[in-house]
Amino acid sequence: MSTRRLSQAALQAGPFAFNAENEAWAERQIRKYPAGRQASAVIPLLWRAQEQNDGWLTRASIEYVADKLSMPYIRALEVATFYFMFQLGPVGRKAHIQICGTTPCMLRGSEELTEVCKRHISAHHNTPSADGDLSWEEVECLGACTNAPMAQIHSQVKGGAHSDYYEDLTPESLEKILEAFRKGEYPKPGPQNGRFSSEPLGGPAALSESDQSREAVNSSVALAQTQGAAG
Amino acid sequence: MAFDFLKDEDRIFTNLYGFYDRSLAGARARGHWDGTAGLIVKGKDWIINEMKASGLRGRGGAGFPTGLKWSFMPKEESDGRPHYLVVNADESEPGTCKDREIMRHDPHTLIEGCLIASFAMNAHAAYIYLRGEYVREREALQAAIDECYDAGLLGKNAAGSGWDFDLYLHHGAGAYICGEETALLESLEGKKGMPRLKPPFPANAGLYGCPTTVNNVESIAVAPTILRRGASWFSSFGRDNNKGTKIFGISGHVNKPCVVEEAMSIPLRELIDRHCGGVRGGWDNVKAVIPGGSSVRCIPKSVCDDVLMDFDDLSKHKSGLGTAAVIVMDQSTDIIKAIWRLSKFYKHESCGQCTPCREGTGWMMRVMDRLVRGEAEIEEIDMLLSVTKQVEGHTICALGDAAAWPIQGLIAHFRDEIEDRIRAKRRGRMTAAVAAE
Repeated sequence: MSTRRLSQAALQAGPFAFNAENEAWAERQIRKYPAGRQASAVIPLLWRAQEQNDGWLTRASIEYVADKLSMPYIRALEVATFYFMFQLGPVGRKAHIQICGTTPCMLRGSEELTEVCKRHISAHHNTPSADGDLSWEEVECLGACTNAPMAQIHSQVKGGAHSDYYEDLTPESLEKILEAFRKGEYPKPGPQNGRFSSEPLGGPAALSESDQSREAVNSSVALAQTQGAAG
Repeated sequence: MAFDFLKDEDRIFTNLYGFYDRSLAGARARGHWDGTAGLIVKGKDWIINEMKASGLRGRGGAGFPTGLKWSFMPKEESDGRPHYLVVNADESEPGTCKDREIMRHDPHTLIEGCLIASFAMNAHAAYIYLRGEYVREREALQAAIDECYDAGLLGKNAAGSGWDFDLYLHHGAGAYICGEETALLESLEGKKGMPRLKPPFPANAGLYGCPTTVNNVESIAVAPTILRRGASWFSSFGRDNNKGTKIFGISGHVNKPCVVEEAMSIPLRELIDRHCGGVRGGWDNVKAVIPGGSSVRCIPKSVCDDVLMDFDDLSKHKSGLGTAAVIVMDQSTDIIKAIWRLSKFYKHESCGQCTPCREGTGWMMRVMDRLVRGEAEIEEIDMLLSVTKQVEGHTICALGDAAAWPIQGLIAHFRDEIEDRIRAKRRGRMTAAVAAE
């Protein structure tokens, strides 16, 4: 297990409240669960709070969610510190890069990607770059092993919060992606080596023949493009 | 005898790569949502018996027969508690990335399966618990669910079946342990994902204390096609006790890693040669393969040569089919380091509830770390093996076992390599000591 604590007091910002859009969204989430079981919504609400709060959770934001769900603070604090996607300290203003480091990605070169992050962002994980734009960390298996090595990038560019998989990476392609985010661009996610999704590179031995028309990009890329990702 | 590869016409997931129209209209054109109400009209007993006859074993790793699991649910809502289906979409086992493709590219197979399975188990509501990192998959699946509500396939009188059914998408936030079914239920109730003691089993007291069945995405998504084409069609693939088609994910040192649906019991070598363009550097360059996700023991090349990808053949070699996530390692691999990285994973992901796992995973990782560098004594290999046995079987859930098995596989097949490294390090130290004199 890992020990995770809230960020130091000096970094804790003031009060937190959902904006109107997220407020309405949260009400809809709570209705997914039976009456009296509203605590079920704690993870989705904390995640939305993190997106609204520049990519990390302050004590105020966790307590706000707890109040909203009529939970004791300690129950929400337990959840925020137990689940690794919740960031408990500041992340890069434009993007936080999570390099998958577990064995399938390691076998295909994830350690070189970590080196790129150390060189281009910061020598230490979870420590934003000098300009504050980017931060990085190594995470455990992200479940895209046939597209290894890969990274999930949580970005705040083009006026919104995005979470995308950048797959089939090389140190060179990752460098280009980092540079693009630094400039405030939103590079195209998905496989970076010309693959469509998880089919074998160059075309599959299965499902290749059909009279149905082909889509331009895979589902994940298509969704990112509706949020402003490059084509 | 040459293996009979699965033909496209027998593939259940005909849009696995998302090449074609992913919307409801596209799914319908490929034969999904066809006569769903007609299947439901045949009744719960017919559905469960057909699922049993198909031979489908759960696709989440444990391989428990799906039809049998469904039959464990109470027949009626006798005491007023609602029944739930919960779909385990917390795909997090290193090597595994098959359900992701179902959810983002062929989501209607899963949604239709949820309706049918829920009806068979008297559930009017189902939750899909998706891992938090799958953000785009969540959006894709939610869009597909919304489409189904608009088309009357979900909600009141779902798909004209007379059954009222609501399907909700829920997500986690990055904790491997939530793939364990009772940890998943805890998480879905808004708590830390710490596994529950069993009994009571979820079929008696699961989500919110109500009868619940937790099934893997693939197990549910194959159900509609099995029922439409018949149990005998599904069971025509694979060996006895290992029936059906299966989605494999092949990663690591193959020329073309991929996800692909194939027939069960396909020889490992045929799977890799046919769909992945072979092993990097040729078949003889194989060092070892982890055939079923990080939790199973690795198998050396001598076993890889003719092992079949099914539950029974892999367990005969003290490994397992698991989630059919094949991690291939060639001769260039530092296998001690590859397994150390898994130890680090399990140490990171232990929920901390049971002492043998909380303390043991860290201890095993630290010893593995020294074995990678050769900074250990030969006797420590047996000590490590002994500790894995003390963790295995002594925890509430199987995470302790999962942390122990990769190390046991390493020691079983590559003890020489570990010893050589320790000796080389010691020689290096001694040489340096002599040089210093």
